[in-house]
Amino acid sequence: MNKLASAQDLENLRQRVAEGNKAGVTLSLCCGTGCGANGSKKVFDALSAELAKRGLRNVTVKRTGCHGFCERGPILIVFPSEICYLSVTPERIPEIVSKTVENGLVVEDLVWRDGGKLFARHSEIPFYAHQKRRLLANNTVLDPTDINDYIGCGGYAALARALFSLTPQQVIEEIRKAGLRGRGGGGFPTATKWEATRSAADPVKYVVVNGDEGDPGAYMDRSLLEGNPHSVLEGLLIGAYAVGAAQGYFYIRQEYPLALENARRAIAQAEEKGLLGDNILGSPFSFRVGIHQGAGAFVSGESSALLSAIEGHVGEPRLKYVRMSESGLRGKPTTLNNVETWANVPLIVAKGADWFSSAGTAASTGTKIFSLVGKVRNTGLVEVPMGATLRQIVFDIGGGMQNGKTFKAVQTGGPSGGCIPAQHLDAKVDFDTLAGLGSMMGSGGMIVMDDDSCMVDVARYFVDFLKEESCGKCLPCREGISEMSSILNRIVKGQGKPDDLDFLEDIAVLLSEASLCGLGSSAANPVMSTLRYFRKEYEEHIFQKRCSALACKSLIAFHIAAAKCTGCGLCRKQCPVCAIGGVAKSAHRIDQALCIKCGVCLEVCPSKFGAVTKMSPASSLANLQKQ
Amino acid sequence: MTDDGASAFALVDKIINRYGGERGTLIQILLDVQKENRWLSGESLEHIAERLHVPLPRVYEIATFYKAFSLTERGRHLVTVCLGTACHVRGAPTLLDRISRKLGVKSGGTSSDGRFTLLTVNCMGCCALGPVIAIDESYFSNPSNSDFDRILGQYK
Repeated sequence: MNKLASAQDLENLRQRVAEGNKAGVTLSLCCGTGCGANGSKKVFDALSAELAKRGLRNVTVKRTGCHGFCERGPILIVFPSEICYLSVTPERIPEIVSKTVENGLVVEDLVWRDGGKLFARHSEIPFYAHQKRRLLANNTVLDPTDINDYIGCGGYAALARALFSLTPQQVIEEIRKAGLRGRGGGGFPTATKWEATRSAADPVKYVVVNGDEGDPGAYMDRSLLEGNPHSVLEGLLIGAYAVGAAQGYFYIRQEYPLALENARRAIAQAEEKGLLGDNILGSPFSFRVGIHQGAGAFVSGESSALLSAIEGHVGEPRLKYVRMSESGLRGKPTTLNNVETWANVPLIVAKGADWFSSAGTAASTGTKIFSLVGKVRNTGLVEVPMGATLRQIVFDIGGGMQNGKTFKAVQTGGPSGGCIPAQHLDAKVDFDTLAGLGSMMGSGGMIVMDDDSCMVDVARYFVDFLKEESCGKCLPCREGISEMSSILNRIVKGQGKPDDLDFLEDIAVLLSEASLCGLGSSAANPVMSTLRYFRKEYEEHIFQKRCSALACKSLIAFHIAAAKCTGCGLCRKQCPVCAIGGVAKSAHRIDQALCIKCGVCLEVCPSKFGAVTKMSPASSLANLQKQ
Repeated sequence: MTDDGASAFALVDKIINRYGGERGTLIQILLDVQKENRWLSGESLEHIAERLHVPLPRVYEIATFYKAFSLTERGRHLVTVCLGTACHVRGAPTLLDRISRKLGVKSGGTSSDGRFTLLTVNCMGCCALGPVIAIDESYFSNPSNSDFDRILGQYK
């Protein structure tokens, strides 16, 4: 592979690749982790075999990163017609090839349909049509394992512009004017960080990509690193040029094997092309990148802890008397940004600050990627302008709730965030509005909950998570979270005490004021936000031993209605602890002393009978049986 | 060191050499050894400490701090149940209970035939497919009871 020695070399290569891409049909198959789990590898094999069999040589198959609509994977888009097939199986490939590839016809039962209307083109599907996809735009067209593909889409042109047309100071000014704020959750102005690192006296500086993405329920960074790793690398290069760094690092969690693989390959290809190394594109700028694989610790996503981990120490936070921009990695000035923040940088430098801030609100500019998951119909990755409302995201894009259930809350901000109830569905999603509602933007997890989700259990879930993940270095976090956890675990078991809620609030104050790092100081947020909006549920658990969501095992009981049970025996055969008794063709009964409340009986009871029900409080069952 | 000892650590040495024997790469070395051997034996930790000139307690500090490392021998295949938020609200705890009963072990345990070790993880980033499990590096979305039996049968 020849090195690119100038901006002109890069432009020539772009033209060559773009010219080649124009010809013929391209089939873009999502091979992100989600579609991979749904079998995209087998679809790819079937596709390759079918094309070979028919001798279709001018058809290109691209294995791309995540297209976003993970609920309906594997996803296959046929370009240039943009016909988008969902839930594709290997068996359907011959039909797709003969109808669509050879004859331009649509296989109707594989496209999105809503209310009798067909949405064959990718951009028409409501899930995509209501988004504003900038960062994710290229995920549907790029082969992430081929640097030429990225260059063909205009990749690395922003780097060339920065190196040859802008001073480092001008790059920082452009980022400032764009109003870019950190996408990892904090929302700190990126330009301010860069400026501080640039102006630090030490000549050795570092730039780091935070790809730890430890928030459960969030996979934005994973999909960027898997689907478009060069966009992150190009952002890092531009940042390094702006702050004056010659060395950078990707920190990526080991739970993301494909992201690691694609980032490694991207770096190797950039080196071969001369986009990393000495005198990049013939400029005086030299830069190198290493990868550090995380080893599984949520707290290591905290900035100071992450740098400790890169140095080979345990990833525990340090006290930040001195800012990282003055003394970070190995005591040198360091700029650390989240994956998505870095991926925005090339867009800003290529298209300008005004273009960037044309989306979003005055204080939160640009777009943001969210992982829209949980009990919503269309789960997946969505990118919207900052300031879009929760309603637009959950209902217009997400298609509303699954199984006709009622929306209860959406959890944002991961373990540091909170639950936002239905009355705030029209709130704008930006850094400041969400904070005002007692939650936070966080890195972009958006977990939708319905009536079956117990808010006390959700609070308990996050507190238990943080208890496990607290590094234990500072006492308020170690003991405070542990105490909160034992209180909440008592409440969900029906052993809550009347003054528990006051005590939880006291601990919350202690945690927020006395903890060493963000993990502890924000740890009470899930509890406080659920107490704020769902206090009644806590009180029901404590005083009536009732879980209205029927989620807390200790507070529920399963019951077989004798009048509805036909004695088919399905539940009896499936019950793992033999708690169900009864003979064939006569009503069955659950022995409550043996029942472990696994719910298999409810799951297997045919819906035409609907004999098994869940109820709470468990004591209501006794009343029922007396009748 | 005897010949036997040398061959026992050949793999570990190869990994250390790949990183140029540099101390700062300790975590990366441990990750690679863990991946190859599926666990970190006391002997291998001692060997790594010696080679990198790092005190043994520091190696243990790292090996016990991070979740990725196991100081006990694991089964031939790893069954990982995701307990991320999205999986949690879609029933991951119940799925974990069922799998745990099927394998006859609690989280962290290895089945008596040595085939499977059951693990939990806070998020695998497959949130849209929740609840999700992984067996080694293959992912499965919300397997039913009978799916799970069939899937397990594929692993010897």
